[in-house]
Amino acid sequence: MVEKVSTSLSSLSMLQPKAEVRNLNFYYGATQALKQINLVVPEKRVTALIGPSGCGKTTLLRCFNRMHDLYPGNRYEGEILLDRINILERRVDPIAVRMRVSMVFQRPNPFPKSIYENVAYGLRVQGLLKRDFIDHQVEQSLRSAALWDEVKDRLKDSALNLSGGQQQRLCIARALATEPELILFDEPTSALDPIATSSIEDLMSQLKQQVTILIVTHSMQQAARLSDYTAFMYLGEMLEFNQTTTLFNQPLHQQTEDYVRGRFG
Amino acid sequence: MTNSSVQSSKLTRLTTHKASRDLRELAIHIVLFLAGFSCVATTIAIMYILILESTYFFQHISIVEFLTSSDWSPLFDPPGYGILPLVAGTVTTTLVALFVAVPLGTIAAIYLSEFASAKLREIVKPILELLAGIPTVVYGYFALLFVTPLLQWLYSFPAPLLSTWLPNLFPLELAGFNMLGPGIVMGLMITPLISSISEDAMRAVPVSLREGSFAMGATRLQTAIKVVFPAAFSGISAAYILGISRAVGETMIVAVAAGLQPNLTFNPLDSAATITAYIVQVSLGDLPHGTIEYQTIFAAGLTLVLFTLLCNIIGYFLSRRFREIY
Repeated sequence: MVEKVSTSLSSLSMLQPKAEVRNLNFYYGATQALKQINLVVPEKRVTALIGPSGCGKTTLLRCFNRMHDLYPGNRYEGEILLDRINILERRVDPIAVRMRVSMVFQRPNPFPKSIYENVAYGLRVQGLLKRDFIDHQVEQSLRSAALWDEVKDRLKDSALNLSGGQQQRLCIARALATEPELILFDEPTSALDPIATSSIEDLMSQLKQQVTILIVTHSMQQAARLSDYTAFMYLGEMLEFNQTTTLFNQPLHQQTEDYVRGRFG
Repeated sequence: MTNSSVQSSKLTRLTTHKASRDLRELAIHIVLFLAGFSCVATTIAIMYILILESTYFFQHISIVEFLTSSDWSPLFDPPGYGILPLVAGTVTTTLVALFVAVPLGTIAAIYLSEFASAKLREIVKPILELLAGIPTVVYGYFALLFVTPLLQWLYSFPAPLLSTWLPNLFPLELAGFNMLGPGIVMGLMITPLISSISEDAMRAVPVSLREGSFAMGATRLQTAIKVVFPAAFSGISAAYILGISRAVGETMIVAVAAGLQPNLTFNPLDSAATITAYIVQVSLGDLPHGTIEYQTIFAAGLTLVLFTLLCNIIGYFLSRRFREIY
């Protein structure tokens, strides 16, 4: 199934793929942003996408929950398999995809609602009404996001009163509440201070026991600390994909080596 | 040249233009101040006249009578000086207008901001705003000669049933002057105002909030109603308040189409004068200045100003209460 990647990288052949990208091309209007991308996202692991600005890592990430469908003129070619089903197929409902694939953004973007309602949002838009169930999910998600103890006495307060790091953990709780199978993180700590960053990183390492994580990051240290697998992208192409330790210590390509050694990017 | 004369010529170069420039700056300062102050001065002057003339009025008529009597007939014998019938007319027409404009304006704003393509929005928005440029007297005759006959025709179908069921509320046929027609037209007039300001407020909501909602699997409508609308509510409530102020102060439409008889009723099917319509009627008539009858329009005007002032204050606090920081 994954010949193209796994035969060349024997260490990856035993992976249980949660998602798999096959020959993906992506176009913003006439501009091709992604070229022939192939990638395996292993289940219950953290996979990092790294590369210099403009290399297409965020574009690739946003293909996984079909965010590009929101804007006119975008076009996908190829396949992204989620549990062996191609989610890029025309008849697939992007909203149904987004209910299984959550996303955490670059800047914390809590809604102007209470802490509780922020976390319950995904369940509410699915039309769920059972109070007990929603209460339970909200508590569980806030616990998983390591935020419960800080907010349990003020769930009715506006989420906008939280600090930046708390807001980002709230956004993670919001992403967890619908019990997604895959969570996409788009540079989730780039707007946070070092302490908040390390608490988010701890959180992500814990979360991989429950869910599959795909993260875009600008920080090579973060990718090295956090991820099990790393993909290096360059100018819209997937240059190299491997176990993080291998990619950082024995890169196959010169560009990868230059980038992870900090010579450009 | 001696050393000291060099010094003094340097000093001259640094000082010659200062006095004239200072003078010019001062002149500019004064002109700008006067331009800015003229608006404030006008407001103060209007308030001064209103209060001054109203004081004469209230020396003869007690405030209690003015505020509580339900008879407004200053031109009749015996005269009545209760403002309530006029207030009722203003409140009723305003409510009818809001009943039309708030849902219509909000929905139009949601459509334009969240659903319409950029191209369509560029075409539709100026057309909508053009509606605000139509002279209100035209709206007034539109209400009198088109909307009211249409309503009369529509009303003729359920009328027999309704008037036997609740004869006090529903007349057998709709009068040529009524508050419903002008109220609806007034609503249509302020719809673009509300939709335009609300749309600006909703478009100012950051894209990241919308994407956060879409990423949770929300539809466009859910995102608009559950995230964008609440986030923009500060601006939207300001739009509503502006609409209310506009409706309360609107004169020509109601003067032309709602009738000029003071009538203490909140039934939009009835004919009734509003505060504004009464002021028009009296100031166009041939009442001698200085009489108590003439003075009534200042008392009515003051009531109107206080009314809109109250609206603006409520609006100010509403928009502060709901302001969100992103």
